[in-house]
Amino acid sequence: MTTQTRQLTVSHAPFVRSGDSIEKVMYTVALALLPAIAAAIYYFGLRSLWVTLTSVISCIVFEFLINKIRKKDLTCFDGSAIVTGLLLSLNVPAGLPFWMVIFGSFAAIVIAKELFGGLGYNIFNPVLVARVFLLISFPAEMTAWVVPHSVDMVTAASPLGLLKTEGLSAIANISYWKLFMGEIGGSMGETSALAILIGALLLYAKGYIKLKIPLTFIATTFLFTGLFYLIDPSKYASPVFHLLSGGLMLGAFFMATDWVTSPMLARGQIIFGFGCGLLTGIIRLFGGYPEGVAFSILIMNALVPLLDKWDLNSIAKGRRAH
Amino acid sequence: MRTFKKGGIHPPENKITADIGIEILPTPDIVTILLSQHLGKPAKPVVKKKQKVKKGQLIAEADGFISAHIHATTSGMVKSIDERVSSPAGQFSQAVVIESDGQEEWADGLNIDIDYESLSREEKLRKIQDAGIVGMGGAGFPAHVKLNPPPEKKVDTFILNGAECEPFLTTDHRLMLEKPEEILKGLDIAASFFDKDIKVYIGIEANKADAIKIMEERTQGTRFEVVPLKAKFPQGCEKQLINTVTGRVLAEGQLPFDVGCLVHNVATIYAIYEAVAKNKPLIERVFTVSGMEINSRKNLRATLGTKITDIVDYCGGVTDEINQVIVGGPMMGKAQFTFDVPITKTTSGILFINNRGLERSRERACIRCGKCVEVCPQGLQPWIMTDLARLNQFELLPAYGLNDCMECGSCTFVCPANRDIVHWIKYAKVMNTRQKR
Ligand code: SF4
Ligand code: SF4
Repeated sequence: MTTQTRQLTVSHAPFVRSGDSIEKVMYTVALALLPAIAAAIYYFGLRSLWVTLTSVISCIVFEFLINKIRKKDLTCFDGSAIVTGLLLSLNVPAGLPFWMVIFGSFAAIVIAKELFGGLGYNIFNPVLVARVFLLISFPAEMTAWVVPHSVDMVTAASPLGLLKTEGLSAIANISYWKLFMGEIGGSMGETSALAILIGALLLYAKGYIKLKIPLTFIATTFLFTGLFYLIDPSKYASPVFHLLSGGLMLGAFFMATDWVTSPMLARGQIIFGFGCGLLTGIIRLFGGYPEGVAFSILIMNALVPLLDKWDLNSIAKGRRAH
Repeated sequence: MRTFKKGGIHPPENKITADIGIEILPTPDIVTILLSQHLGKPAKPVVKKKQKVKKGQLIAEADGFISAHIHATTSGMVKSIDERVSSPAGQFSQAVVIESDGQEEWADGLNIDIDYESLSREEKLRKIQDAGIVGMGGAGFPAHVKLNPPPEKKVDTFILNGAECEPFLTTDHRLMLEKPEEILKGLDIAASFFDKDIKVYIGIEANKADAIKIMEERTQGTRFEVVPLKAKFPQGCEKQLINTVTGRVLAEGQLPFDVGCLVHNVATIYAIYEAVAKNKPLIERVFTVSGMEINSRKNLRATLGTKITDIVDYCGGVTDEINQVIVGGPMMGKAQFTFDVPITKTTSGILFINNRGLERSRERACIRCGKCVEVCPQGLQPWIMTDLARLNQFELLPAYGLNDCMECGSCTFVCPANRDIVHWIKYAKVMNTRQKR
């Protein structure tokens, strides 16, 4: 073939790419969630695995159906539906009926993600929307926390639930070590801080996490609950208890850091993390629910466009002043 | 090791031709000399069809202050003056086509040894202007204008740009290895236009250890200082190089001399040496031929006006897998739609590649990962500029520093959503200038 007859493609520079892709990012996040899934199986038995599989598969199927209905390119295998599915299962009790899990997937994928335009356009974290949907629709099932290592799915209140309903004395004999390792009642992924931290470390090493958010989030909750503990330790639980129980670790490292639903710029990220932490503390200490991580992140999600706009305006102003 | 403050990326270097010596490509029978090889107005032809010309003879005159002379790159006869020849920059340009007589006969007084030390500043500048020298790193800005900044701008730092941060390209690298003496003399000439106590730095990326060594050896005891630079793209962009070497930062719209600096790249300095010390106009240049889809990869010195087709023939042809021809580097180069394009003063490399994999991947919505912000060497917000450009809100972009973007491609390189960020930014720039008119 001579050079004359060859077809050349004209495109804009650059002609090389880093090879990073949505798929790569999402599968890495999925990988980072596996320690938490493994911990759930260890503590709550094989049913955890079935819950996870149900939620992952139903998320993929819902995304596939929506892709077909909207006549869009298939995005169901880009890994984001898998991450949603994994995270959703970590947000429910191990004993939740399977049809409710599927309902949760519907809320996450169809309502929170695709109705807003799909990945990148959703304002609220899909998993948290699903969690709140489930909590409001099925309050009893959603708080039937399985007791770790129980043979027949015995349920009991989570430490935070105990604290809310029965007061400080009810949690007196729960050691921090148990909380850290996860040998406590709670949703599948809320139990083991250790498993969450291992996954978070991987994301951090990969550069896939905006560290400012989880750090300010956790620090704010710690300081806020610590303040009240200092004022009256006979009435309020210690900040370490608050740090290690409930969904704080999972929420701070895996859900508040969701790229799509968190601020782009440093100042916004710090305000976002601070807001999440403060609201979590307020709900836990004074709210009607024992746990406030999901609500706090959702509320702050709604403020993200504003925070971004504020940061961008400052940048534009700074440039003009130059 | 020193590097610039903000952003930057590490694309695969692919400096395949780093150890291959510069080879001379024989002048083809026909050369097509574009009259717009520089920034500014195209030159105006001063020869006629059928006219006999000698090598180095002026064939088109600079039109105005920002423009440059063009010379016959071989001896022979003017075959035609074509109105619309496609240029590697993707535009059409007037071109003088010369049929070579094979004699390579120089015009009088050119290509001779000159005792240039005794020349005055103005005489040397004049020679550079007469030789039609422009920035050969890619910008194509007339060198005599750059070397003669307005008197109120005090230049205290001169930087020789040997960064060559674009992957694949090894042009400046080879020149530094093979012509160090000439380059240092050229640097001396260029620096002589400024105050005696001007600081002269030679910035070379650390991946060219042999060039650093040669330059360090030859500059022992001189006023030149070799600065090894950390290999990071876009280290060779003027603003980044100035920031690395001097720590100074250029604000939007500022030129290097606004912060007391002047940057010239290796190939340009070499051309300046040849113009002043040899009376040689800029009629040939060294460039890298590389990429996986050409049969032999080389560093070539070729006559300007040689077409890519001639180069492909000389390098043993292309493979069947080729789908893109890039003039320049893979980060900031230009894709060609035809092989029928002549090389110009700013052609630093020609790449023959297969990029079909890239073509197939779709642009997705921004997933707000912040990576583009992290890598932008200009500290911009590429994501929001892309979002706004896609919504046709071009007039909102300048507030975020649209014109400060140098289209280095770092943002597009890292974007996991595969967004064509530079494409949208460029589009917005074009639309904004149109609206102003
Ligand atoms: S192309 Fe422009 S916006 Fe993108 S990284 Fe380079 S300077 Fe920044
Ligand atoms: S790199 Fe791409 S996906 Fe990430 S913020 Fe920038 S534009 Fe969005």
